[in-house]
Amino acid sequence: MKKKYSIYSLVKNSLSDNQNWKKMWRNPEPRKFYDVIIVGGGGHGLGTAYYLAKEHGLKNIAVIEKGWLGGGNTGRNTTIIRSNYLWDESAHLYEHSLKLWENLSSELNYNIMFSQRGVLNLAHNEHDVKEIRRRVSANKLNGIDSEWVDPHQIKKLVPIMNTENCRYPVLGASYQPRAGVARHDAVAWGYAMRADELGVDIIQNCEVKKIRTAKGKVQGVETSKGFIRSNRVGVVASGHTSVLAATAGIKLPLQSKALQALVSEPIKPVINTVVMSNAVHAYVSQSDKGELVIGAGTDGYNSYTQRGGYNIIEDTIRAIVELYPIFGKMKMLRQWGGIVDITPDASPILSKCEVEGLYFNCGWGTGGFKATPGSANVFAHTIAKNKAHKINAPFSVDRFVSGRLVDEHGAAAVAH
Amino acid sequence: MFTIRCPYCGERDQSEFSNGGEAHVARPKDPEQISDREWSEYVFIRANPKGIYYERWVHTHGCKKWFNAVRNTSTDEILKVYKMGEAPPPLKEFKNTIKTPSGEPDVGSGNFSVKKP
Repeated sequence: MKKKYSIYSLVKNSLSDNQNWKKMWRNPEPRKFYDVIIVGGGGHGLGTAYYLAKEHGLKNIAVIEKGWLGGGNTGRNTTIIRSNYLWDESAHLYEHSLKLWENLSSELNYNIMFSQRGVLNLAHNEHDVKEIRRRVSANKLNGIDSEWVDPHQIKKLVPIMNTENCRYPVLGASYQPRAGVARHDAVAWGYAMRADELGVDIIQNCEVKKIRTAKGKVQGVETSKGFIRSNRVGVVASGHTSVLAATAGIKLPLQSKALQALVSEPIKPVINTVVMSNAVHAYVSQSDKGELVIGAGTDGYNSYTQRGGYNIIEDTIRAIVELYPIFGKMKMLRQWGGIVDITPDASPILSKCEVEGLYFNCGWGTGGFKATPGSANVFAHTIAKNKAHKINAPFSVDRFVSGRLVDEHGAAAVAH
Repeated sequence: MFTIRCPYCGERDQSEFSNGGEAHVARPKDPEQISDREWSEYVFIRANPKGIYYERWVHTHGCKKWFNAVRNTSTDEILKVYKMGEAPPPLKEFKNTIKTPSGEPDVGSGNFSVKKP
C-alpha cells in the first residue's frame, strides 16, 4: 500500500499518540535469485534500486546492506549539494543530480528537507581568484547558475565572516544560489520506502562476503545469510568497494581514507548559506537544529577505521575560528569519520567492468552525497541497459587506461 | 591518530610523518614493451586492503628519511617498521586477529586481500 504523508496523516496519527504509523519498509528474508542485486544500502544504492524499479520496470531487485540503511557515509557527510564543477563531464553529472534534487521531495512524497540556501566557494589568493573565475565562466557555459561575488557581497550574505583581518583575507568567491543542503538520512529513508513499495527487497544486517564469478560472468553474491544468485550485481559500497572488487579478482584505482566531519552545540540561526574554502580547508553550514556542520579533510593515509586523526580536525577548526571569530568559544558535540574511496582523478567511477554483469558505482571520494539522485539514476540506466548513459559514459573505469581522465582534483573547489 | 616508531628517531606522533602509499611497487623494466593496460596498472592501481598493508612513510618534520611500515588498516596498528632496501617481512608473520573498532564482523571483510609482496 502506498504510504502518503500529508497534513491529514500527521493530524490523524498525532491523535493516536503516533503509535500507528506504518513501517516504512518490509524486512524480508533474501530470496534465492534476484534479477539485480545492489550491494550497499546507502543513498546511491537505494536510489539505484528505486530507479531500476521505477524507470526500467525491473521487479526482482535486492539491496543488501551489511549494517543499517544510510549508516555509512550517507549518514556521515556534511550534506552539501552543488553542481559548480569545472569540467563539462562533471558539470553534466552533478547538474543532472541537482535537477533531480529539486523535485525529489515531491517525487518521493517524503520531505528530504532540501534547502537551496546557496554555496560560496571562497578565494584567498590571486591564484584562487583566477581559478574560481575560470570555473564560474565554465559553469555559465554549461547553464549552471554560478556567479563571482566580491568581498562586499560576501559580507552581505555572511555578515559574521572575517574577510579582512585574517592571515588569508577573503578576496571573493563563487556563488551558486541553487546549491544547498538536504537531510541525508531522509534521502536514504525516502528512497528505501519508495523502492520497497515497488517490490525491492531491502536486506539489512547482511554482509556480502564475496562476489562469485565464473567464466567472466557474475554468478551472485555470498552473504552472511547464504549464497544469493543473480546475473547482475551493482556494487555501491563506498570505501569498501576495493575490498569487494578484490573478491571478484578486479583491481580498481581506489584508495580508502577516513574523512571527518563534526557538529557543534546548537545555536540560533547565524549563517544561512553554505561556505566552503579550499585554500584554508574549512567548510561550514548550519543545520535546521542550529548546529554548525563542519567538514574536515581526509587523513593522509589509507585506513578503514572510521575515526580520523585529531590533527586534521585541529587544522579545520583553526581555519573556521579565523574566518568566523564569533565561533571561537563554541563547543563541538560530535565528531565522526567515514571511509571514502578516492580515485586518482578525484572523479567517480560509474561503469561496467571486465566481468559481465558486474557494475561499479564508486570513487566518489569526499563528495558523493550531492550526486546521490543523479548517480543512482544513471547507474540504474547502466545496469538495466548494460550500457552507460551518455552522462556517465566519461566515468568509465577504462579512462585510466585511455588516459582520458576527468581531473577534478584542483577544480572541484574542495581539497581531496 | 597514532604514533610511528621512526627507525632513525624513535617514536613520534603520526602528524610528523607523511604517507607515501604502497611500498614495493616496482617500475616495469621495459615500459615500451608492455600494453596500455599494464602501464595503467603501474601508474594508477595500488593495493587498498582492509587488513595488512605494506606502505611507505617519510619523517617530514624530523629526519626527512623514508622507511617502510606494515600496518593493519582496519585498526591502524603498526605491526612492523623497517628501513628502505630491506626485504619486506612475509605476510604470514602477522596474525590478523584484531576486530575492527567499529565492531564490524571480521568475516568477509577482505582482510589479507593484499597481494603477496
